[in-house]
Amino acid sequence: MRSDQRYSIFTLIGGAVRAHRNWKPAWRNPQPKKQYDVVIVGGGGHGLATAYYLAKNHGIHNVAVVERNWIGGGNSGRNTAVVRSNYLRDISIQFFDKSLQLYEGLSRELNYNIMLSQRSEVDVLLTTVSMRNMRRRALNMNRLGIEFQMLTPDQVRQRIPILAPMENCRLPILGGSVQERAGIARHDAIVWGYARGADSYGVDIIQNAEVTAIRRGEDGAVTAIETSRGRIKTNKLAIATGNENAAVASLVDLRLPLRCYNLQAFVSEPIKPVLDVVVNCPDLGVYLSHSDKGELVIGGATDAQQISFRKGGKFPMLEDTVSGLLELFPSFRRLKLMRQWGGALEFAQDGSPIVSATEVKGFYVSAGWWGGFKAIPAGGMTFAHLIARDEPHPLAAGYGMERFSTLNYLLEGGTTVPTD
Amino acid sequence: MLLIHCPWCGLRAETEFRCAGPVKPPRSEFIDKSDEAWLEYLYQADNRRGILEEYWCHEKGCGEWFKLRRDTATHEIMDGDTDS
Ligand SMILES: Cc1cc2nc3c(=O)[nH]c(=O)nc-3n(C[C@H](O)[C@H](O)[C@H](O)COP(=O)(O)OP(=O)(O)OC[C@H]3O[C@@H](n4cnc5c(N)ncnc54)[C@H](O)[C@@H]3O)c2cc1C
Ligand SMILES: [Zn+2]
Repeated sequence: MRSDQRYSIFTLIGGAVRAHRNWKPAWRNPQPKKQYDVVIVGGGGHGLATAYYLAKNHGIHNVAVVERNWIGGGNSGRNTAVVRSNYLRDISIQFFDKSLQLYEGLSRELNYNIMLSQRSEVDVLLTTVSMRNMRRRALNMNRLGIEFQMLTPDQVRQRIPILAPMENCRLPILGGSVQERAGIARHDAIVWGYARGADSYGVDIIQNAEVTAIRRGEDGAVTAIETSRGRIKTNKLAIATGNENAAVASLVDLRLPLRCYNLQAFVSEPIKPVLDVVVNCPDLGVYLSHSDKGELVIGGATDAQQISFRKGGKFPMLEDTVSGLLELFPSFRRLKLMRQWGGALEFAQDGSPIVSATEVKGFYVSAGWWGGFKAIPAGGMTFAHLIARDEPHPLAAGYGMERFSTLNYLLEGGTTVPTD
Repeated sequence: MLLIHCPWCGLRAETEFRCAGPVKPPRSEFIDKSDEAWLEYLYQADNRRGILEEYWCHEKGCGEWFKLRRDTATHEIMDGDTDS
């Protein structure tokens, strides 16, 4: 971090004294150079974190991040910001827990407040399927030394006092589970913090530049990209284009085993504090948290039936989510919803991410991040390792694309819908 | 709410239907060929932004299977194909 750009209590006071006219832009807005050692396509959390770790961990500073719109304008700017590591498989548990650990140190490391709030996530479980699923996660995680525990119905109620009495209800509470270190972080701050960090190492962040073609040499290796701001030469091209990965990979005739499905979220009008944990209910397909502004941030289940790139939602899904919400919290029945939005989540065939080199020399892919806000630090760290050294980072060694031809599936499941 | 045209029942609410994914050539066209062809059958889906032909079933109605075309960017449903 350049010293003149560090934020501290003194620069804040200095800013206040000077009516905040002293602040400089947090990153440059450079003209693209002719050539870079590495070009990353996609200025979401994953692309920017990758650039940051390439510079910081591997000393590769001649790097560009090429973004077609503005940074953080993709899914990194439209998610519900939940971070947790309660996954099913050993590899995912360890990968996502590393990510959570990196989040824990990130405000200090980036000198940028990411507003991590480890308020814990409590899963409210209404069926034996969910109880079994979460117990399996707990046993696996505890075996790996990572905290995640089951709760009795009384303990669930202690943590979420405004839950419905649910005495004569359709599905009584059978139990719950909790990860104390889970919580939420500010999504824009992750993007901006990594952008500022990468920029301070000399990484060029090039916005409003859409990649439209990829040039290859006689041996098939990547040589350059064409963008709406001109040609940029590079021998290492890494894509982290969110839900556009399949489309961008098709520019080098690669077919990635990816599908995009819709997920939607909405926020309520601001209310007094009522919830101090993230609540997730797999059986009703709803999760929520209470933001610092007072709005409830509510998410639904993925609509995993139809391929979708739509950025809005679907009314039946909204209705399902709201009825689930009211089943848990009848006291919210007069709450008004203020905003509603959706986005396309990208899934690999087995539900695990792809962090991989490909059969096209110099072309690397980071894809399938359907719940990938929480994965940004570890995703960036392991992708940078792969690009710099041409060998996978041990934590992401299972995320290579070869698993689809050797049938080494890494079946993963979310927590918003019951998985079995 | 979208209305979908079931070849048997006519226009019905979207929530009565189930989408079974993009139309693919039949499995027999993959299974006896190479391993690569089989992997292609297993893993690749037409993940297209734009108009996609899909199998749908009027699951909570008459049970009819049919194909229709849908725009994955807008969810707009084009006319279904009635002779499947
Ligand atoms: C409603 C919703 C709620 C979610 N909630 C959570 C949650 O609570 N927790 C969680 O962990 N995850 C959540 N997610 C998922 C999370 O948002 C994503 O996994 C994550 O943001 C992916 O980051 P990314 O950097 O890979 O992609 P993005 O942030 O989408 O970035 C990709 C970038 O690539 C750019 N791009 C695409 N094509 C090109 C091109 N040809 N040329 C140049 N640039 C291009 C795009 O403009 C975009 O900025 C949620 C998603 C949605 C939609
Ligand atoms: Zn019918």
